[in-house]
Amino acid sequence: MAKYSIFSIARNALNNHQDWPRQWRSPEPKPDYDVIIVGGGGHGLATAYYLAKEHGITNVAVLEKGWLGGGNTARNTTIVRSNYLWDESAAIYEKSLKLWEGLSQDINYNVMLSQRGVLNLAHNLSDVREGKRRVSANRLNGVDAEWLDAQGVKEFCPVVNISDKARHPVLGATLQRRGGVARHDSVAWGYARAADARGVDIIQNCEVTGLRREGDKVVGVETSRGFIGAKKVALVTAGHSSVLASMADIRLPLESHPLQALVSEPIKPVIDCVVMSGAVHVYVSQSDKGELVMGAGIDSFNSYGQRGSFHVIEHQLGACLELFPIFSRVRMMRSWGGIVDTSPDASPIVSKTPVKGLYINGGWGTGGFKATPGSGWAFAHTVAKDEPHKLNAPFNLDRFTSGALVDEHGAAAVAH
Amino acid sequence: MLLIECPWCGKRHETEFQYGGEAHIARPEHPEELTDQQWADFLFMKTNTKGVFRERWNHSNGCRRWFNAIRHTVSHEILAVYKMGDEPPKIEAGEADK
Repeated sequence: MAKYSIFSIARNALNNHQDWPRQWRSPEPKPDYDVIIVGGGGHGLATAYYLAKEHGITNVAVLEKGWLGGGNTARNTTIVRSNYLWDESAAIYEKSLKLWEGLSQDINYNVMLSQRGVLNLAHNLSDVREGKRRVSANRLNGVDAEWLDAQGVKEFCPVVNISDKARHPVLGATLQRRGGVARHDSVAWGYARAADARGVDIIQNCEVTGLRREGDKVVGVETSRGFIGAKKVALVTAGHSSVLASMADIRLPLESHPLQALVSEPIKPVIDCVVMSGAVHVYVSQSDKGELVMGAGIDSFNSYGQRGSFHVIEHQLGACLELFPIFSRVRMMRSWGGIVDTSPDASPIVSKTPVKGLYINGGWGTGGFKATPGSGWAFAHTVAKDEPHKLNAPFNLDRFTSGALVDEHGAAAVAH
Repeated sequence: MLLIECPWCGKRHETEFQYGGEAHIARPEHPEELTDQQWADFLFMKTNTKGVFRERWNHSNGCRRWFNAIRHTVSHEILAVYKMGDEPPKIEAGEADK
């Protein structure tokens, strides 16, 4: 791998940047692998990278039906934070945030992590109580968190309307200063390049159409490019988790829904943090290009269609204008949808399955992007050791039978 | 936005309706005899079909009655609506999977 540095930029400037090597190979699939990872999004590529880096397993293929990072990795609103209420969630998201903080150096790829601070606004008494409780819980778990009153919110983010005449007045907010945003495409590309450099085969345009089993053990995958054998198969297909699991006759507690996001025309810098509100339900940040990036909740109905209904966007823009009257004449430029698989307790499934050698990572719902490094790290451990790491042990598939749910609904600082 | 045909009121905008998820999940006849695994399957496990899917809707801002619909979860096309308790109409495989 040609290392990226200021010197390599200078060296390549001498021949007008014509000789940069490709970031990863496009090999033909081998007949069999130690591990096949199905899904070439951020989580799948991170899993491949940490399998190679932490566990020395490099005979690995990542199979992607489309192109790398073309699914939810490319469709999220890029927010990174770890201020979850419950211990189990705080642990895995905080691990993830710590990995984020060293990621650009680790994979020699600028993921443009910008720790600009994430505000979660409180609009009523129960919001205030929940927020203060979450701040205390976060601190006990070693996650940075602060409580701001309304004036503090105004000082941190001057464009927020804190008038008490508003329909949903801002009463305060939790602030995680280490939270922020990252460049979503870079995460996929950076992990792909770093995994490829360690010998992982990244195979695009290769759709998995079936899982081959012998007895109770998985032996490989049927794909649009033929059968590929594998000792272990790891499913990391957010949105389509149920479809892949059904190939092994496994039912999951997941429902796939569209989650929409949109961006405005580019404007001058006006908001230098991330503002989220569960009560009026919108989250807003500003991209480096100047676009306001906004998202909200899922469309109610099940869908695999990567688009949603307009009234959902209308609702979130209503919420946006409630908080930021200054944006009333900004025009929206693009909107899109991704398919998120939501679980009953709004927590992910990073787990072994009843089929030997088959592992699943999914159900991240609306909040998977921030978890990318931690998810891949813990999942790589699970696949390599055939047992979960203590970080993802609570997120097993058995919890829906045992009842040990990690109920982040309403606890995770944003409605789902 | 979906245009949904309520069996009682006719075609209305999606905003008049609330979604009820997967249809035809029967409550167990003898709940006291169920194992934890069977309870988990009843309570949590979903079919989550990609394709032709039978689901429940409630016309909450209209007649407030529940009904079932058959909808394609990729094209979003609504292929049939039918009342609670009715047998689901047969949808030819392939016809809807275009």
